[in-house]
Amino acid sequence: RLALRPSARAAVPGLHAYHGDSVASLGTKPDSSSAIYQENYEQMKALVNQLRERVQHIKLGGDEKARTRHISRGKLLPRERIDNLIDPGSPFLELSQFAGYQLYDNEEVPAGGIITGIGRVSGVECMIIANDATVKGGTYYPVTVKKHLRAQEIAMQSRLPCIYLVDSGGANLPRQADVFPDRDHFGRIFYNQANMSSKNITQIAVVMGFCTAGGAYLPAMADENIIVRKQGTIFLGGPPLVKAATGEEVSAEDLGGADLHCRKSGVTDHCALDDRHALHLTRKIVKSLNYQKKLDVTIEPPEDPLFPADELYGIVGANLKRTFDVREVIARIVDGSRFNEFKALYGDTLVTGFARIFGYPVGIIGNNGVLFSESAKKGAHFIQLCCQRNIPLLFLQNITGFMVGRDYEAEGIAKDGAKMVTAVACAQVPKITVIIGGSYGAGNYGMCGRAFGPRFLYLWPNARVSVMGGEQAANVLATVVKDQKAREGKQFSSADEAALKEPIIKRFEEEGNPYYSSARVWDDGIIDPVDTRLVLGLSISAALNAPIPKTNFGIMRM
Amino acid sequence: RTMKYATTTGRNITKVLIANRGEIACRVMRTAKKMGIQSVAVYSEADRNSMHVDMADEAYSIGPSPSQQSYLSMEKIIQVAKISAAQAIHPGYGFLSENMEFCELCKQEGIIFIGPPSSAIRDMGIKSTSKSIMAAAGVPIIEGYHGEDQSDQCLKKHAGRISYPVMIKAVRGGGGKGMRIVRSEKEFQEELESARREAKKSFNDDAMLIEKFVETPRHVEVQVFGDNHGNAVYLFERDCSVQRRHQKIIEEAPAPGIKPEVRKKLGETAVRAAKAVNYVGAGTVEFIMDSKDNFYFMEMNTRLQVEHPVTEMITGTDLVEWQLRIAAGEKIPLIQEEITLQGHAFEARIYAEDPNNNFMPGAGPLVHLSTPQADHSTRIETGVRQGDEVSVYYDPMIAKLVVWAADRQMALRKLRYSLRQYNIVGLHTNIDFLLKLSGHPEFEAGNVHTNFIPQHHKDLLPSRKAAAKEVLCQAALGLILKEKALTDAFRLQTQDQFSPFSSSSGRRLNFLYTRNMTLRDGKNNVAIAVTYNHDGSYSMQIEDKTFQVLGDLYSEGDCTYLKCSINGVASKTKLIILENTIYLFSMEGSVEIGIPVPKYLSSVSSEGTQGSTIAPMTGTIEKVFVKAGDKVKAGDSLMVMITMKMEHTIKAPKDGTIKKVFYGEGSQANRHSPLVEFEEEESDKRESE
Repeated sequence: RLALRPSARAAVPGLHAYHGDSVASLGTKPDSSSAIYQENYEQMKALVNQLRERVQHIKLGGDEKARTRHISRGKLLPRERIDNLIDPGSPFLELSQFAGYQLYDNEEVPAGGIITGIGRVSGVECMIIANDATVKGGTYYPVTVKKHLRAQEIAMQSRLPCIYLVDSGGANLPRQADVFPDRDHFGRIFYNQANMSSKNITQIAVVMGFCTAGGAYLPAMADENIIVRKQGTIFLGGPPLVKAATGEEVSAEDLGGADLHCRKSGVTDHCALDDRHALHLTRKIVKSLNYQKKLDVTIEPPEDPLFPADELYGIVGANLKRTFDVREVIARIVDGSRFNEFKALYGDTLVTGFARIFGYPVGIIGNNGVLFSESAKKGAHFIQLCCQRNIPLLFLQNITGFMVGRDYEAEGIAKDGAKMVTAVACAQVPKITVIIGGSYGAGNYGMCGRAFGPRFLYLWPNARVSVMGGEQAANVLATVVKDQKAREGKQFSSADEAALKEPIIKRFEEEGNPYYSSARVWDDGIIDPVDTRLVLGLSISAALNAPIPKTNFGIMRM
Repeated sequence: RTMKYATTTGRNITKVLIANRGEIACRVMRTAKKMGIQSVAVYSEADRNSMHVDMADEAYSIGPSPSQQSYLSMEKIIQVAKISAAQAIHPGYGFLSENMEFCELCKQEGIIFIGPPSSAIRDMGIKSTSKSIMAAAGVPIIEGYHGEDQSDQCLKKHAGRISYPVMIKAVRGGGGKGMRIVRSEKEFQEELESARREAKKSFNDDAMLIEKFVETPRHVEVQVFGDNHGNAVYLFERDCSVQRRHQKIIEEAPAPGIKPEVRKKLGETAVRAAKAVNYVGAGTVEFIMDSKDNFYFMEMNTRLQVEHPVTEMITGTDLVEWQLRIAAGEKIPLIQEEITLQGHAFEARIYAEDPNNNFMPGAGPLVHLSTPQADHSTRIETGVRQGDEVSVYYDPMIAKLVVWAADRQMALRKLRYSLRQYNIVGLHTNIDFLLKLSGHPEFEAGNVHTNFIPQHHKDLLPSRKAAAKEVLCQAALGLILKEKALTDAFRLQTQDQFSPFSSSSGRRLNFLYTRNMTLRDGKNNVAIAVTYNHDGSYSMQIEDKTFQVLGDLYSEGDCTYLKCSINGVASKTKLIILENTIYLFSMEGSVEIGIPVPKYLSSVSSEGTQGSTIAPMTGTIEKVFVKAGDKVKAGDSLMVMITMKMEHTIKAPKDGTIKKVFYGEGSQANRHSPLVEFEEEESDKRESE
């Protein structure tokens, strides 16, 4: 499986395949018998196994009773709906699998009660948003709203047609205060629908269950919609509300079923016999979009990396204090392990260079240690290059932060760091971030953390995200308290210090955990390192549905 | 063997018109080409792109598809012969081959009719005449009534005299048309009428004869040849006992279990019969033979028979060449003593028909057609190619597969081997049935008789067995790989060729994708859970068994093969997926696995026909027995339809009330068009929901 396929390059006419043009391949064969490699491997493997086990549970959706009831009504489970919607056998890039994970104490909300992700429908990459009615009746928890909005945000940025498979009881009433009033709450869904439609991003809704109250706007605001007969209903007020308000007794089907909406009200366009029919009709709608994906980048035939991906386990491991060369990671992600490095001899704690993933060009920025002024300037320069050349950016984040100390401050590291942060913030090319280790402090900013709007952000299961490391934070706090006590002339024993530090370390450890982050939709998902290449390939492919705009950088302090 | 050139009585033939179509036209052209004779084809509208048209040196259109207006139109054919300056017309079999008027017409126009003189056609064509001539010549015949009085009463009286079972046959009949077996007096009237209708249609003459029906008889026929110089020879016998719908399906030469002295006696009797009518050219004397080797004259076919190749194979002759040379006035190329019998040959007729539906003839496109390799001992006599259509207008025979080997057992083995490589998709064929038939122990033992198929019906048409789970895995894999090929084809059309979204990896994040597939094995739906593994293999679970499946598609010639490994066992299968069926062909046999059509797709087409009866094929409505409002019981006759010159009675599928009758007598109904609609009843309503 390591076979290099040089013929694949030559197969494309007009491609430069001259001998002298070949790019040196990267990476070395690790000593897989070394104790460190093996320990790393075991630890990472354990984390990956844990990840798979958790997903195995999450993918079931609601409890067995709820699922059985759902199926007995002739309905498909949300994941089956997606399987039947996308092109047969094609991959599905699921997002935010861990949304809601251990978030609501004793209430389990698997996948946040909504499945989102990108898949090909009739050859078109679409954002699919599917309610899971087996989870709390498909009602919107705060995290459900957040996950829904995040999916819409991705769709908007990458101009992906949106398909809503609606089967939801609407807002979760007990939590209405965290779901309803704010800007990024329930109403934003419809705001986004209208605005995407206005930008010619197709909105398709498939009513496969309830669409009550505000939920009624989901199909009503779609460009084209489908309703399943004797299953889907749309009304502003359901039968109980109608009865309470006017005393009128009416069945859900008569109040807002397919017959009413397809024949009389015109709220829905197509009537489906069942879920499968509805999904078939959806595929037909997408086929009729006359959609053409136009790439703003060159492509080349992809090649597998030269090294097995699972060596990443042994190279990176789970111990964040252990260092590794990020080039070894790059060698296991990019086409043919070929990496055209930029400024290799300058600012060497930041590795920059060009490569291809599934034939798409990428500019890669990876950390090989703390950021110095030179590395930050090099990073800013490299981002400028990528923006000028329309090359998507990939950040492989493993950063403790910018260097601190008098000499560095005097050198103006704040100014140089700002250059990189500015460049990252302004870059309009698609940015994708993978946190492959630590992500601390301003390093998170410079390496395109969540706040810097990467199109996609993924975590490896060993990742940690926090303002600083738990121990550093505890030390900082301990120092402050110690100084304060000293000023007050009070004692501060080492036992006191330990007692102060322990909960802080523990808290940072908990809150920096990838599951803590993913549960809150601070990222787009936790991935197995082995899948990094595929996930990046799918993400870049999705991102390239939108044209790449020109970048205007802000003022960079010189 | 010395070449004998045309005598002074003959004429040189340099161009021959073949007044036929399909395989026999191609067959004649092959020999004509070999002999340096130009061939002229005629074709109807339906045959515009047929193989016989392509093969000919010249081809002329002779009118619309129905044979009455084309292949049976004597004037048009004579006209083409004149325009093309063909000196001779080869009529093939069927159509005008035994038409006395046509033979006369040719003579008048100075065109050689490749066949016997019209007098011989006339004498042998009318069965009653032929029998009296034969009786006079000392050829044994069977009891019967061949009289002028065609009244129902008279015919019935004679049937009673001969004693049941009797056979009603059209006087001008042949090929099983207008022929009925009657086992008791009470069936007589209905069968007589039906036979008359069919005869009228086929021969425009409904005169009938009655004869004794011999139980478990064998059908043995002798190939004879006569020339213009008073010579006649025989080329041994063929056994054509195994028949369905009174039509031959598998023939062999020589007939199994015939002692040399009986063979000689058969041959000499046949020559005597031929000489009695001054026979010229190729002819076949048909005998009915009982289990004690007694044989009786049945009829003489005054033409080249469909099954002539088996005789060619065992005698090393080219009978079409003989026909052409004799027509040109030459003597028979060999004298009796020079004709020797070597080895054994079989011919299996491959028909578009459905053995499971009473051998109902079929029509349609040959979407896929692949044949065994032809060689000196394997002949594929056909007039169609892949992509051609088996037309509703003509005989539904697709091909004849002819094999030769040193003895009967070896020939039979070869026949089965070759039949397995004869793969057709697009319409029902009898290939699997032929395989069963040729593999039946009684057939292998040579215990053949005309009642063979009804007698062994259960063995030959067994109810469908459940497909092996491995086969279902193959079908599922075939389907998945075909989808993948489609995805790849789409991918290459797009600008974004390498996106991993266009892979068929079925990848999901952090778990393996398990796809729930349903395939249809006969009448049962089988659930298969297919898990897409990361290494490109699949784990397929059927019931409680799991299979590790891995494979690829590859093309060889026109065919797609599925190379696949199931739990480490590798296999190679020809794969064809057409609409909603997966066809797998291998040396183990052929399997059809259905792909269930979702309700939303099937309901569109079935909505209109729910509770109605549909036309099995394109044809003409002959009789309508019901009208709107009639109450009928399941099995009641609703209509009689004539298709492919055969009568089909459309029966009520259920009890109910007729809502609407869509066709009147004499109108044309297309295949699968609804004929009669029933009132919707409560039970149907419930079912459709």
